[in-house]
Amino acid sequence: MNILNLFVIIPLLMLLALWCSRTLQQTRAAMVAGSTLLLALSVYLTIDFIALRNAGNTAAMLYCDSWSWYAPLNINYSIGVDGISVAMLLLSSIIVFTGTFASWRLKPMTKEFFLWYTLLSAGVYGFFISTDLFAMFMFYETALIPMYLLIGVWGSGRKEYSAMKLTLMLMGGSAFLLIGILGIYYGSGATTMNINEIAAMGNIAREVQYVFFPLTFIGFGVLGALFPFHTWSPDGHACAPTAVSMLHAGVLMKLGGYGCFRIAMYLLPQAAHDLAWIFIILTTISVVYGALSAISQTDLKYINAYSSVSHCGLVLFALLMSTRTACTGAILQMLSHGLMTALFFAVIGMIYGRTHTRDINKMRGLMKIMPFLAVTYIIAGLANLGLPGFSGFVAEMTIFVGAFETDDIFHRTVTIIACTSIVITAVYILRVVGRILYGEPENEEHKLLTDARWDERFTIICLVVCVAALGIAPMWVSHLIEGGVANIITNIQP
Amino acid sequence: MDFTLSILALPLLSFLTLALAGKFMSHKAAGITGTATLTAVTVLAYATAAIYFGAGRTAEGIFATITPFNIEWLPLGDTLSIDLGIMLDPISVMMLIVISTVSLMVHIYSLGYMKGERGFQRYYTFLSLFTFSMLGLVVATNIFQMYIFWELVGVSSYLLIGFYYTKPAAIAASKKAFIVTRFADLFFLIGILIYGYYTGTFTFAPQESALIAASGVLPTALGLMFVGGAGKSAMFPLHIWLPDAMEGPTPVSALIHAATMVVAGVYLVARMFPLFVEYAPDVLHIIAYAGAFTALYAAVVACVQTDIKRVLAFSTISQIAFMMVALGVCTSADPHNGGLGYMASMFHLFTHAMFKGLLFLGAGAIIHSVHSNEKMYMGGLRRYMPITHITFLIACLAIAGIPPFSGFFSKDEILAACYAYSNATGLFMSFVAALTAFYMFRLYYLIFWGKSHYEEQKALYDAGRTTHKPHKPHEAPATMTVPLIILAAISCVAGFIPFGRFISSNGTAYAIHIDKSVAATSIALAVGAIFLATLMYKSGNSRITRGLNSSLRELMSAAYNRFYIDDLWLFVTKKVIFNCISRPIAWFDRKFIDGTLDKLAAGTQKAATFIRPVQSGNVQSYSVWFLSGALIIILVLIYLA
Repeated sequence: MNILNLFVIIPLLMLLALWCSRTLQQTRAAMVAGSTLLLALSVYLTIDFIALRNAGNTAAMLYCDSWSWYAPLNINYSIGVDGISVAMLLLSSIIVFTGTFASWRLKPMTKEFFLWYTLLSAGVYGFFISTDLFAMFMFYETALIPMYLLIGVWGSGRKEYSAMKLTLMLMGGSAFLLIGILGIYYGSGATTMNINEIAAMGNIAREVQYVFFPLTFIGFGVLGALFPFHTWSPDGHACAPTAVSMLHAGVLMKLGGYGCFRIAMYLLPQAAHDLAWIFIILTTISVVYGALSAISQTDLKYINAYSSVSHCGLVLFALLMSTRTACTGAILQMLSHGLMTALFFAVIGMIYGRTHTRDINKMRGLMKIMPFLAVTYIIAGLANLGLPGFSGFVAEMTIFVGAFETDDIFHRTVTIIACTSIVITAVYILRVVGRILYGEPENEEHKLLTDARWDERFTIICLVVCVAALGIAPMWVSHLIEGGVANIITNIQP
Repeated sequence: MDFTLSILALPLLSFLTLALAGKFMSHKAAGITGTATLTAVTVLAYATAAIYFGAGRTAEGIFATITPFNIEWLPLGDTLSIDLGIMLDPISVMMLIVISTVSLMVHIYSLGYMKGERGFQRYYTFLSLFTFSMLGLVVATNIFQMYIFWELVGVSSYLLIGFYYTKPAAIAASKKAFIVTRFADLFFLIGILIYGYYTGTFTFAPQESALIAASGVLPTALGLMFVGGAGKSAMFPLHIWLPDAMEGPTPVSALIHAATMVVAGVYLVARMFPLFVEYAPDVLHIIAYAGAFTALYAAVVACVQTDIKRVLAFSTISQIAFMMVALGVCTSADPHNGGLGYMASMFHLFTHAMFKGLLFLGAGAIIHSVHSNEKMYMGGLRRYMPITHITFLIACLAIAGIPPFSGFFSKDEILAACYAYSNATGLFMSFVAALTAFYMFRLYYLIFWGKSHYEEQKALYDAGRTTHKPHKPHEAPATMTVPLIILAAISCVAGFIPFGRFISSNGTAYAIHIDKSVAATSIALAVGAIFLATLMYKSGNSRITRGLNSSLRELMSAAYNRFYIDDLWLFVTKKVIFNCISRPIAWFDRKFIDGTLDKLAAGTQKAATFIRPVQSGNVQSYSVWFLSGALIIILVLIYLA
């Protein structure tokens, strides 16, 4: 049996176990067992994949398999992974695993929460292992729907509004996406839905690509917080419960970048080359605009959501540069941003759980009250502003060096504009650190608060270790993804 | 030379130990961990220097550059990669000595200075991190490694300035320091990107052919790198963070903001010097002018500051600018013909690190004793703190350029290099050197001479006119005075080091000789300035001082407020960037982009409400609609037929 199937089967079994569970202990046991198994599985897959590659297996995708699903439309359940998907699976399982611990004490309706949470993760895993356009789209939708309930039911603040907005915008994106996918299917002669086969044929007419590339790119771009379709992100993140914010910013937004790369750019390469400039402008705006907006926010989650707009903008920006180095940087940035933002949202959620406010003007001197959380907030902040030793630095530098490889005035200008984000990021991170962590505590009630509990510490330590590991030893990741990146990049020719 | 790796590994290890286990350690254990590590590092650094310089010169008459360790850390594309490693050449070996010496002194000194302080372990953790990063910076094998450690020293500086994190001024200062240097680093990064792309490597010595091909963009790249260096080395107008950085603990100011980190910019220019001289001489001269202006500006401001650490901070800015000028006036790589400045700059870097470190540590002892930075609490301290007094005086004489103290020799070389470049530059810098002597002795007299604040207060207390019993100033404990004595000893003898034998612009041996006319002028100016300072400040507020104060009031107040450069920056960042860019963008995002979407949703809803009555559920109305619709279709069909 193909081990990739386990990525779908295990979450389904988890759903069953959760459904049957009667007590909180059983629910937790099911979640911990399942997410640990998935984490172990993705680690095993990573090691095995590298071993296969080292053994000289150079096929574009490994572990490929296909079962016919609906023959008249050539829809198959076909699976397979390259280095990029392996990295994404690893990221997802880390976030799902830590998210479980971050919602350890979530109430009420813990069981139902985890049911939707697991369904969401099943969609995410399915998306990353699929190589069939339709199957991918289906898993994509599977991941979106639970988000509505998770935010709408377990969220805080204007949760119904935010959940509705998020769902509608992402569904709007899906509509574009569906048209894009159908365009690709019929444009390539309506013989197959398999991504690799369509790419190998490469027979979509340039004019057809011009129509469907923007649709597909925007469709996924909405999820990747592409300007001006990013406004679901601040509201959505602000209202979502901690683990959902983590999963959403950590993994779901990566679906956008991954889809843009794997479907829009890989299958419509000529349009990706010719029309890149339009989207480069939009993503450059995302990068700087998101960072500048973050400076004047006062809600911790809004700051981080806008920072995500900026960082995810950098992912799409780098992908569009279409050089090997820049795209490697984009994948690194996806991993790095996934881990860093999950860490950030986890810490913010924990602070919010104690102070019941996210307004930076209402908190002060948290360093004295909850040193562990404060220190990890600073670590997350430093990682976010690209301090060497953490993942963000590696990703950003790879992107900038890669973006500099395209030698014309347009690319130079946008690269330099995008570079300024490293300064702006420092401003909004340090502003918050200075405002809420330093100083003397002012609120008497805050002085009674306690520091992180064991489950929270565990979540945070796992993520900090991952962020630092990626920052100190990035070479194995770039080694892991280089084949996949090269395969897609060589397709993009003028 | 494989052991050089442990020069980096030891402080890193100490940092990790203290960061992870510091909470469970006693103050003493943490202090000893840090200090013992540093002692080992210092021993290794001196051993490295002895072996390196002891190995002798190659056939070309230079000390060979050796790379005991280098790994490819992150490949970037086909040709480029970020390497991490250790490179030894004369200037990096010299920097190892400087950093380890001052850092060790600061570690020992802090055992006394920080005693009983909350967060003692954290302090030593950050010191270890800083030492690791700074050592990594100077031994970098390539410009990207330098940038990596450059950022790390930046963050250690941020953490140490904000050490007293409950103090609003410290919070603001740490933020300012990080953001201003980060802003400069943006230019540095772009410079590196250009350099890497066009020369095809990040190493310091690209292929000759690649350099020639890239010669068109090299001045831009090097100029941008200099902006990064100007940020770290507090060149005008990026100097604004340094005086505020004095909010950190005083030993930190001595280590980071006087001796080591702030000279990173000078070190960067020196590192790229062969390229500067060959491909971007104009940029080099711009550096000289920027440096000369900064030197004057900072010296003028230093003359009127009242906080003793601020005086020292501006003095640091001014002295670093001297080093920049020395590099900038070089016109060739030959030390005998236009390249003297390089050696002079490195020499001054070395001597300055020692005597400025000493001045700061002395200031720390004084602050420790009178519990204030302000000059009004000083005065007459020479009787209470004899060791501090003598060592401080030695440092003042060194910085003023009085022979035989070390500063005289290095400054003399700088001035000689300036005169060789042009007489105007030489005269200008001589004038600034005289100003240096003046403000240093003003400081010296204000602290150690004149009426004692303690005695005044005591008289008041004895007379029953105040209930506040004044503290009697006391000499610092041995942990603090020993480093002072060691650094003072170095400042006395360092001038006699045959520095040119070790370091020169093209690596060949250069015998330092004192240019008699330059030396005579500068000594005369320095003595004159000291005499003036003696007249004005020795016995408190003299008539000349009062006269000057009233006649030059506006100039003095402008200088006291640092010529309003800080306010200008504040205006740009707060008013322009925050209020005029960030706020409107945030508003635009919420109200316009998001508002459009909300309007769209509301519009859909309205439309729905509008057409809802059609679905009334009333069978009669449905039948009317049905029949009339059918009728219309039939009529149309008939008409068409």
